[in-house]
Amino acid sequence: MEKTLPTQPAELVKPPATDIGILGWLKANLFNGWFNSLLTVIVIYLIYLAAPSFIQWAFLDSSWAANSEQCKMAGAGACWSVITANIRFILFGFYPHDLQWRPLLAVVILVLLLVYSRNRSHWRKSLFYGWLVGLFVMGLLLKGGLFGLEPVESNNWGGLPLTLLLSVFGLTAAYPVGILLALGRQSKMAVIKSFCVVYIELIRGVPLISLLFMSSVVFPLFLPEGMVINKILRAQVAIILFTAAYIAEVVRGGLQGLDRGQYEAAEALGLNYFQTMRLIILPQALKIVIPPSVSILISAFKDTSLVVIIALYDLLKTTQTTLTDPKWMGYSAEAYIFVAMIYFVCCFFMSNYSRKLERELDTSR
Amino acid sequence: MNTTQTDNNAIITIDDMHKWYGDFHVLKNINLTVTRGERIVICGPSGSGKSTLIRCINRLEEHQRGSIIVDGIELTNDLKNIEKIRAEVGMVFQHFNLFPHLTILENLTLGPIWVRKTPKKEAEATAMYYLEKVRIAEQAKKYPGQLSGGQQQRVAIARSLCMKPNVMLFDEPTSALDPEMVKEVLDVMISLARDGMTMLVVSHEMGFAKSVAHRVLFMDGGEILEENEPHAFFTAPQHERTKLFLSQILE
Ligand SMILES: Nc1ncnc2c1ncn2[C@@H]1O[C@H](COP(=O)(O)OP(=O)(O)O)[C@@H](O)[C@H]1O
Ligand SMILES: [Mg+2]
Repeated sequence: MEKTLPTQPAELVKPPATDIGILGWLKANLFNGWFNSLLTVIVIYLIYLAAPSFIQWAFLDSSWAANSEQCKMAGAGACWSVITANIRFILFGFYPHDLQWRPLLAVVILVLLLVYSRNRSHWRKSLFYGWLVGLFVMGLLLKGGLFGLEPVESNNWGGLPLTLLLSVFGLTAAYPVGILLALGRQSKMAVIKSFCVVYIELIRGVPLISLLFMSSVVFPLFLPEGMVINKILRAQVAIILFTAAYIAEVVRGGLQGLDRGQYEAAEALGLNYFQTMRLIILPQALKIVIPPSVSILISAFKDTSLVVIIALYDLLKTTQTTLTDPKWMGYSAEAYIFVAMIYFVCCFFMSNYSRKLERELDTSR
Repeated sequence: MNTTQTDNNAIITIDDMHKWYGDFHVLKNINLTVTRGERIVICGPSGSGKSTLIRCINRLEEHQRGSIIVDGIELTNDLKNIEKIRAEVGMVFQHFNLFPHLTILENLTLGPIWVRKTPKKEAEATAMYYLEKVRIAEQAKKYPGQLSGGQQQRVAIARSLCMKPNVMLFDEPTSALDPEMVKEVLDVMISLARDGMTMLVVSHEMGFAKSVAHRVLFMDGGEILEENEPHAFFTAPQHERTKLFLSQILE
């Protein structure tokens, strides 16, 4: 039999049309195999059922800048006015109305610092000082009392700044504490080791709510008479103690995942314990545990909403309070969608950033 | 070759040393003196305690009886002494154990900068010098995971050399390598021997032992059963077990 000659030079032959481009993507991601194809069809059908009525409700029939009367008249659509009309209370709680630019500015500074710190090439000493100054300015803005800023009681802090304060401070403080606990749990010194084990297991054995309760109800009983510790601070400490225990277990997993040879090579060079941990072990262990750490940080962030039970007005509580106003009762769907979006944006930032870090720190290729 | 040993020239003195793992008597009655510039190859069947012996010399393992003196310092629980000795004694592992999160250059400068407190510029110059020496300087900016096994082991040797050690310990440096890479690593070790480095090498590379070793030790069951200069060791082994072992690795 004669060999059929190719009609084109080989480099011009393209892969089949169904393997590349949009078709290829659809085939690879949505229709690879009958089971996935079936799921795709079912999901498309469900979207088809739900989407039109949601769009109708959320956009087409909705009212945006009305008062509650007009909303009630308008009828079936979403009443986003519940948010536009109450935005300042939802975001800032009982913070004095004329001074709300201060928490707003504090939040803006925080967000700018966070965004700027995303890029690892910006991690220099100056950025560290930038954070110190930033934190001081934020505290000053919230608390006042200096430079002619009117003092504001921390009892009046609330809303978004409170949520961000509790979580950003809580998470940044919990991480180092968790690392220390994990190292302590591996320690050869029996006292340190058992302290860490007992601490971690105790904390993990109780829900955050009960810790918050203890910090607000039980803890003050032990203080000398007349001494009060700020309620926010107590909640903050409870959150830190709680999150640190979980971080510790995740970090311990990372430490165990490392090859013994890494410890031995570091020791053989003459590095001491702290150098070995700081330069060799922790950088690798923490890299391994980025994904589970971020899960913990995300759930800790959402758990800050539990501070409502000790009567702190965080973002979720201010929203709920708005909904108890007879004028706005019944618009909870709209309000909760709004706070959910704020929470989502924050959590998305965290998980997105963790993926970026993982990619950047990957030195295997 | 000159193998006369005078005690004041000894760099490692091991005297009646024993070690146990729990109940398991892994090293028994080890006596060994290594003089400056001496090169010793240690061989023996798997599990005979070769790794444990050389790991005792820089205290990666602790011995329970007898004494080990390295460069005039006795190995005790004193952490400061241990760190000092570890800085003087270089170690090369079977699995390289490079630090995967650091570049090759950073792997080499880490010890000098943090242990020896060498300024960064100087540490980098030294590192480049040794990278040239192991013929791998062009890879300085890469990460260990991007190099072949043979290249990684040469980097590991250079990393030890950057600490300017007085003694180098090698634990089967070529046994995790693909056959075609063994030679490039052995060549580096041979040139190191030419420079007069004191070396203790756990290895079954007979060619290497013949060409550079002053003495070959044979270990079995946690004891040093036999020692001799290489020619006599390979041609006229005394012990039955040595003969058996040699016949096994030469076949
Ligand atoms: N950490 C340890 N704990 C208990 N036993 C060990 C340990 N390390 C090695 N051993 C045992 O000690 C013996 C000697 O091991 P090793 O020095 O690694 O032998 P070699 O290097 O000659 O193959 C082996 O029987 C091994 O199983
Ligand atoms: Mg071994």
